Amino acid sequence: MTETAIEFVDVVKRYGSVTAVDRISFSIRRGELVTFLGPSGCGKTTSLRLIAGLELPSEGTVRIAGQDVSTRAAAERNVGMVFQSYALFPHMTVIDNVAYGPTIRGGDKKAAAERGMEILAMLGLEGLGKRLPSELSGGQQQRVAVARAIVQQPDVLLFDEPLSNVDAKLRRRVREEIRDLQRRFNLTAVYVTHDQEEALAVSDRIVVMNQGRIAQIGTPRELYNSPSSRFVADFIGDANLIEGQFEGTSFVAGDLALTLPGGPGNGPATISVRPEQIALAAAPQGSATVTNAIYLGSRYEYLVETAYGPLLVSAPITSAPLASGDRVDVEIRPDGFTLLES
Amino acid sequence: MRQALTLVNRLGGLWLLVGLAAVLVLPWYKLPPPDTGGGASLLGSALTEALAGRWWLLPPVLAMLAFAGLRLGRGERWPAHAAVPWLAGAAAILYLGQAFGIGLRGPAIDGIAQAMPAAALGQPGLGVGGFALGIALTGIIADSLAMRGFCRGERFAANAVIFVITLLTLFVFFPILRLGSAALFTPDGVFQPGLFVTRFTAPDLWGLDCLVGDRKCGVVINTLILGILSGLCSTALGLALALIVARTGFRFKGALRAISILPIITPPFVVGVAIIVLFGRTGVVTGWLDLLFDIPRTRWVYGLPGILLAQVLAFAPITFLVLLGTVEAINPTLEEASKTLGAKPFATFRTVTWPLLRPGLAAAFLLAFIESLADFGNPIVLGGGYDVLSIRIFFAVVGARYDLGNAAVLAIILLTLTLSAFWLQTRWLGKKSYVTVTGKSDAGLSAPLPDPLKAAVYLAVIPWILFTLGVYAIVVIGGFVTDVARFDLAPTLRHLSTAFAFEFGQFGLQLYGSAWDSLQTTVLVSAIAAPLTTAIGILTAYLIARQNFAGKGAFEFGTMLSFAIPGTVVGVSYVAAFNVPPVDITGTMAILVICFMFRNMPVGMRAGIAALSQIDRSMEEASQTMGANGFATLRTVVLPLIRPAIFTSMVYAFVTAMTAVSAVIFLVSARHNMATAYIMGRVENGEYPLAIAYSAVLMIIMIVCIAIIQLLVGRRQLGRRSEMHKPPAALPAE
Ligand SMILES: Nc1ncnc2c1ncn2[C@@H]1O[C@H](COP(=O)(O)OP(=O)(O)O)[C@@H](O)[C@H]1O
Ligand SMILES: [Mg+2]
Repeated sequence: MTETAIEFVDVVKRYGSVTAVDRISFSIRRGELVTFLGPSGCGKTTSLRLIAGLELPSEGTVRIAGQDVSTRAAAERNVGMVFQSYALFPHMTVIDNVAYGPTIRGGDKKAAAERGMEILAMLGLEGLGKRLPSELSGGQQQRVAVARAIVQQPDVLLFDEPLSNVDAKLRRRVREEIRDLQRRFNLTAVYVTHDQEEALAVSDRIVVMNQGRIAQIGTPRELYNSPSSRFVADFIGDANLIEGQFEGTSFVAGDLALTLPGGPGNGPATISVRPEQIALAAAPQGSATVTNAIYLGSRYEYLVETAYGPLLVSAPITSAPLASGDRVDVEIRPDGFTLLES
Repeated sequence: MRQALTLVNRLGGLWLLVGLAAVLVLPWYKLPPPDTGGGASLLGSALTEALAGRWWLLPPVLAMLAFAGLRLGRGERWPAHAAVPWLAGAAAILYLGQAFGIGLRGPAIDGIAQAMPAAALGQPGLGVGGFALGIALTGIIADSLAMRGFCRGERFAANAVIFVITLLTLFVFFPILRLGSAALFTPDGVFQPGLFVTRFTAPDLWGLDCLVGDRKCGVVINTLILGILSGLCSTALGLALALIVARTGFRFKGALRAISILPIITPPFVVGVAIIVLFGRTGVVTGWLDLLFDIPRTRWVYGLPGILLAQVLAFAPITFLVLLGTVEAINPTLEEASKTLGAKPFATFRTVTWPLLRPGLAAAFLLAFIESLADFGNPIVLGGGYDVLSIRIFFAVVGARYDLGNAAVLAIILLTLTLSAFWLQTRWLGKKSYVTVTGKSDAGLSAPLPDPLKAAVYLAVIPWILFTLGVYAIVVIGGFVTDVARFDLAPTLRHLSTAFAFEFGQFGLQLYGSAWDSLQTTVLVSAIAAPLTTAIGILTAYLIARQNFAGKGAFEFGTMLSFAIPGTVVGVSYVAAFNVPPVDITGTMAILVICFMFRNMPVGMRAGIAALSQIDRSMEEASQTMGANGFATLRTVVLPLIRPAIFTSMVYAFVTAMTAVSAVIFLVSARHNMATAYIMGRVENGEYPLAIAYSAVLMIIMIVCIAIIQLLVGRRQLGRRSEMHKPPAALPAE
């Protein structure tokens, strides 16, 4: 048993002149939930389908459980997939849907049905086996789709935007269910979404993609606290991007000077600062001005005009909030910024 | 079943086993028919034949042994080995090379005979072993490609693609190529390329004398005149019918739609015969006209007028269905807008309705034009001296002046005309028309027709209805009265018993009637062809709608082509291609079935594509991720969801096989005669009542069979002929 469940090595997928996935490499550990995150059209679904075997790579190697499956069809791999539309078979009952995999792989029909019943019960669907999918609610249909995907104990469980067909109000609950299930069964799971908040909430690790390439891989905390590129900083959470210069071991922009933890550098540079890493102090002689103050219930959000551009600042509720027009001093916390790749 | 499959896979897969059997066990050559007695003993397998001096059979044998060796060394995924596609490809080329290079009377190139003396003796057509090897090589190539990622690694899909391409090549393109080369040979088989020009420019093809003088025109010109007139009249009548159904309060709309289905199940010749019975020199109507109005009896119905009448009767329902769609799709609000702007009804029709109709009209016209060019049954019955291409081709092959080369040139001309019209049509329909396609719009009421137009429409439609009723009245009663043509209406079963007499004697059921043989063959061939046609049609639809593979565009074009070729051309091309080795299958029942399969598959294909475009493809993907291979997915998920398409295809394939004439007329033999060929013989002898009785029997059988198919497949929806003319719904607009 290897620790690595899935491995991509220099995988490329082209459709004619379109390169949907452009030389990506990563590996996913057993029992981990990894999210593919990125804007629409960046190649998330294609990457997921490459794992499933619904697409084969134009170049590169895909390994599942240590085996090279680059030219193996979907049916020859052991993956479970929950489709965006659930893709339940409308002409089969719920139990037939769930027992489909074990039956079609040549298993005993009765054993397959029993196993299906068990899984249905575990997902809180007991008693619904004889119904047709069209007789279930949307949430129930999704759980049937999940049951169907995990009944064969797949090497990896794949979700393509599983919340896109779920009522906005239920999304948080459903995503927690999925996370809970993944932990309960100790499944390796890959989850595709374009919603960064969703990705931060469910993932062990996130693969951020952009234009067919991987922008950064890391835990939610790593990605949030130290985005490596402008794209990641911008895509995950809110970020203030400040452009300036290296001066020795310092980063300088306008009247701002920050000591860099790394070695000295040269030429222009950009840093990313999260809004909550900035402290404002009311000061009549301050160099910056509050241009907008917004009350958000749990915190304040201020727009501040500085010598090096506008800043978005998030501040806890205090008894003496700032107001538009106030002059302030700006302080960026010493470990609250990241130097971005140029 | 499953265990057997697993075992076969363990042993290296079906194709390896078939291939080994093909070269080691099965007789390689076509067995001589039992009645020819003896002949050269050619019962050996490829291996024994090769050792006996036919060394050119060695490569396939060696290739198969090499594959078996690979299986032993490499395990179950042996086709993944890098050498396999090259080896299989080389074996396939050498296999084809010997099959086509060494004919019945020896090698095509003299040098071969020097290297291998046995080649001088020639070789007969491929037999079970020969064909099995072709199948095995095709399958091994497909498997090895699948293991390199072709069709996303799906073996079933890869096999399906490669096999369908191979079959289309063999049974659609190859015959056409053979036809082309036949045009370059004299009747005695001497190669003379100049002959093509001589034949092509023959004066009796292109003469325009009928336009300026009073002599006959050339046969090509005749064909075009008929096609254009038939197209125009059918379109006009179809439009009138569509306007009545969509835009007036006509009360018998249901009946009209029902009548429009009749031509589909009407055997050929019967309409022609009915027209003769009604309007011939001794016809019923002619007699009345003579009696009541002293209108002299003439033979006007033989020739252009008669053919035209019969064709319009047959094609108007098709144009009607096309135009009904167009008329119903016109959004009434446009017409209302015009009216509120103050336009009079006729002005509205002229400025709004008519321009919106034009693309539909063009499509309907081209459709009827193509059908007219391909029509064989009506011209041969009603032609008189009016010669058209399909008839001339027929007599060049089966007549006393047998000249395959000449038939080939005529067929090429006919094919060119048809393909041009077909190309125009697909271009026209492929482009988005500017009709406001919203389906049946319920926003607003359609403008009623202006009165003069309404009158004209009724004036066109009512005679058509009367005429149709008259014709089918003849069909219904003609077979069961003494002589309908002379208006002798005494009921009799004489004709029926001539054809279908039987007796329960001491030897059990005995069939005496002269038509039993052809009826049995027809029903058997149709019953075999219908599921096979459907299978290949639906499979092709699945490949086009669901698979991405290199060369898919050409693949689609090929399937379209197979359906655009007129039946007569298919018939001649099959004669040219399959009368000689290596694929020597004329005179068998197989060639009839094959002919139907490839002619009728496009209907199933289009119905399948349309049905598949309604189905979320992630269902199939779900099935595959759960471990179902392509075939299991097709069987358990796709097929149950597209039953109506299967039904449409089955019905269409069955009915067309029962009523087809233009292609099979070239392919029937004494042993395997078809009903339509038999009927044609009766018509030529003037035995009209017998022909009509047989046709009525055929129609009853078809109706019963449609009911049975409906029970089996289980969905109500009659196949409409027009479906095959619509551009496939799921084709991407490129
Ligand atoms: N079957 C296909 N044929 C052609 N292009 C495709 C196909 N599938 C995806 N693409 C293209 O590949 C790119 C990535 O698509 P996809 O993986 O679906 O993006 P995402 O899921 O991130 O939105 C897009 O530009 C898309 O248009
Ligand atoms: Mg997507």
